[in-house]
Amino acid sequence: MKEYLGILIIILLSSLVAILIVGISYFLGERKPKKVKLLPYECGMTTIGPSRRRISVKYYIFAMLFLIFDIEVLFMYPWAVITKDLKLFGFVEMFIFIVILLIGYFYVWRKGALEWE
Amino acid sequence: METLYFLIEVLIKNVVVIAVLMFFAAYLTLIERKVLARIQIRYGPNRAGPFGILQPIADGIKSFFKEEIIPENADKPLYVIAPMIVITAAISMAAVIPFGDKLVLFGREIKLVIADVDVGLLYLFAMASLGEYGVVLGGWSSGNKYGVLGSLRAAAQMISYEVSLGLAIIGVLILSGSMNLREIVNAQKEMWFIVYQPFAFILYMICAFAELNRAPFDMPEAESELACGFNIEYSSMKFALFFFAEYTHMLAVAALATTLFLGGWHGPYLPGTLWFLIKVFLIVFVFIWVRATYPRLRYDQIMKLGWKVLFPLTILNLIVTAFFVTVR
Repeated sequence: MKEYLGILIIILLSSLVAILIVGISYFLGERKPKKVKLLPYECGMTTIGPSRRRISVKYYIFAMLFLIFDIEVLFMYPWAVITKDLKLFGFVEMFIFIVILLIGYFYVWRKGALEWE
Repeated sequence: METLYFLIEVLIKNVVVIAVLMFFAAYLTLIERKVLARIQIRYGPNRAGPFGILQPIADGIKSFFKEEIIPENADKPLYVIAPMIVITAAISMAAVIPFGDKLVLFGREIKLVIADVDVGLLYLFAMASLGEYGVVLGGWSSGNKYGVLGSLRAAAQMISYEVSLGLAIIGVLILSGSMNLREIVNAQKEMWFIVYQPFAFILYMICAFAELNRAPFDMPEAESELACGFNIEYSSMKFALFFFAEYTHMLAVAALATTLFLGGWHGPYLPGTLWFLIKVFLIVFVFIWVRATYPRLRYDQIMKLGWKVLFPLTILNLIVTAFFVTVR
């Protein structure tokens, strides 16, 4: 259990480094805010319309696909570690699981959710 | 007393690893510029010190003294926190990567890894995914159309390739029978896993390019379309942090490739840590080389490659590997 101490310490130390870097540059850099300077940067053009507009639903679909498939990938990790011990039984079980996964995958493909237009 | 010694040991290892990692990440910017320049028959930076060796330091000092602009319609707390999340996640990835075997100092046997945990690989992927939060928050909170678009593209691309990345390394897990990175390296004492899993290594490298948002998959910062991508509104050291995190992430991904496929610290004659560094920088060189060689893909081509080509191929590799391991 005490091996996890290293992870805790590196997360604390690296956040400290991040805060220090941002903090130091906050005090060192000069600041002369102007109205135009604080506008969103669009290569010199005046911004038209709101900056946070509605975004394509495509991103949402890919996020959902990712959730489903990534959980299935994670499910394979414990199996992969003990494949050698499980022998043929483990292989057949996982093969059935992968076939079910692939049925879902090809269904998604046929439905056109993997197209990006 | 033993606990105290252990605490001191972990602290020292942490400080050394973070310092070395930050040094390498800073100098990687120079290496990248130099290599790119040489490939394009230019000199690259050569004004700051001999052969431009002080360039990263000059860049760093300059960024510290630059004006810090927070755009008026930015979400201020998120805007400030985003680069911190990215750099914290990138540095924390180094915690489980073994950079050498064992060292005997003052009669203590010190393992050359910060945290020798059994779920090393899972932790590494968790941290890699955490970095994406920083990218999305950074783009969204700056209140800029290009920023939002760039960050969404980055996120969609990273999560798409993460599935294939996770699947590609399952072959290594089957062969080594462990998720502890030290044990994976030790399983490669006789033969590196790249010999048994050459296909998985190629798939891993392709996914790594997408995961790092590097050319030919550098959509999030496609200059011709998005100006600069998710970090468009960032200035001074906050911009530098995004940059810095990208290079730290690159080192971590290269180190993971070394650990999983190239036998980590194993190698003849030279000390283990040196072998490890040589292999890491070889992979980093490939990253830079590819950037100088290949043009950028279109976004729909990237998504198509990720979901319709890489995903089935990694599944196929997984089934074939499992079949041969069980039948043997």
